[in-house]
Amino acid sequence: MKDFLFLFRRASTAMPTGSPEEMQSMTQQWMDWIGSIAAQNKLVDRGNRLGEEGKVLRPNNVVTDGPYTEIKESLGGYTLVKANSMDEAVELAKGCPIFAVGGSVEVRPIDQM
Amino acid sequence: MEQQEIIPHLFRTEYSKIVSVLGRLVGFEHIEIAEDIASDTFLLATETWGIKGLPENPAAWLYTVAKNKARDHLKRNNIFSEKVKPGIQRSNTGSHEIEIDLSNKNIADSQLQMMFAICHPSIPAEAQIGLSLRILCGFGIEEIAGAFLSNKETINKRLFRAKEKLRKEKVRIEFPRVSEIDARLETVLTTLYLLFNEGYYSSSQNTTLRKDLCLEAMRLNYLLVDDPHTNKPPVNALLSLMCFHASRFDARLNQNGEIILYDDQDTTLWDKNLIIQGEFYLNKAATGDKISKYHLEAAIAYWHTKKDDTTEKWESILQLYNTLLPIEYSPIAALNRTFALAKARNKQTAIIEAEKLKLTSNHLYYSLLGHLYTDIDKQQALIHLKTALKLAKSKADKETIRKSITKIVETK
Repeated sequence: MKDFLFLFRRASTAMPTGSPEEMQSMTQQWMDWIGSIAAQNKLVDRGNRLGEEGKVLRPNNVVTDGPYTEIKESLGGYTLVKANSMDEAVELAKGCPIFAVGGSVEVRPIDQM
Repeated sequence: MEQQEIIPHLFRTEYSKIVSVLGRLVGFEHIEIAEDIASDTFLLATETWGIKGLPENPAAWLYTVAKNKARDHLKRNNIFSEKVKPGIQRSNTGSHEIEIDLSNKNIADSQLQMMFAICHPSIPAEAQIGLSLRILCGFGIEEIAGAFLSNKETINKRLFRAKEKLRKEKVRIEFPRVSEIDARLETVLTTLYLLFNEGYYSSSQNTTLRKDLCLEAMRLNYLLVDDPHTNKPPVNALLSLMCFHASRFDARLNQNGEIILYDDQDTTLWDKNLIIQGEFYLNKAATGDKISKYHLEAAIAYWHTKKDDTTEKWESILQLYNTLLPIEYSPIAALNRTFALAKARNKQTAIIEAEKLKLTSNHLYYSLLGHLYTDIDKQQALIHLKTALKLAKSKADKETIRKSITKIVETK
């Protein structure tokens, strides 16, 4: 088994604006998806959401506001899973509710240092 | 109670009290002395009471005899002057007589301290449960062997090794420091949880023994709730969980010790008082900012005390499992989550999720698949149930699966 990092991205304009019922349903879908991975004993760390604000530091002390000024998709959160192969990790990512709001999941294997 | 019953009953409750109080006095170095004195006391009680009849206050009689025996023994063997007296002088009571305090307060304190000493991270969980059963619950070696489906030699060896280890680690029979209490309490709670489960889910056919294990786990948990140092949210949550589970004790086993499935249970046999107690401790557990697995399991057990199939019930159970599994995975929780998914949503969704679990050595996995496929695809349901039957080990499990197969075949 190898660890894989899921990075959740979505358009920064696609922040949830739905009714409380829709928000509730969205939470439920995330819970179901995480629960499903955990039930397969393949969840390492459910991870966290990332706050909207952010700073990016570049050489020569250049600091810019927000990581998403030039990219449409912003990083919204991460989760750590374990799987036997990249294919299996991708399979786990398929049920992610982020696709319903046009977002994406980047799957990256973690190479132990 | 008849005399034949009262002695074993007293033995259980009083043995642990006497051993805990004496044990605290002499430490793990001489714990066998405490055990021997308690056993001798009961031997004398059996003989004397057999001839003279029961004394008016059997517990007080036992305490007096145990005290005298302990004093004689400690004096005779110089243990008092070498080991106990320096301790007494340190605590500055000024007394040079051997004080053996069998007051309720000291008994409760000693049992709690003994609990912390036995549930020590330096010995394996199995040994902690064994020692707890022996020292804290007064179970005989044979009974412990019965509970573990093992034999007397194995249990004796296990307990001996555990005591050796505690001596080597110089584990003292005392309260942990305030800063350590939460971490140490975690091990204690795990042991009580396993002790309860040993009784609740054991494949032993001895229903009385199984129920006793559960009641003892609850009694020890009550001790923790009664002490302000240990009356913490997870402690209350675990007690709540035990109360909810125990409320179904009489409904979930038939006369042969076979499991009656939840759906088939006679709810009039559910113990309403225990359900109310469970709710009480669950409310008490709802403080602080940490959710333990006991909170989640107690909340799941709470919903199971409501027999009616509502969407709210199964959706709540599903979400509780979704929260529990990331904290602690277990095959049973994974299977139960899938069962809840079928109830909250539908069987098709649950089948897709069930097939991802791949718990192919677990008969319950195939039983669940068999259950989910019933009404959808009888052939598939039968194939899964037959695999479950092959994998099941206990007679009771096999019987339950056979009944499900017959049910499907008959509805053809």
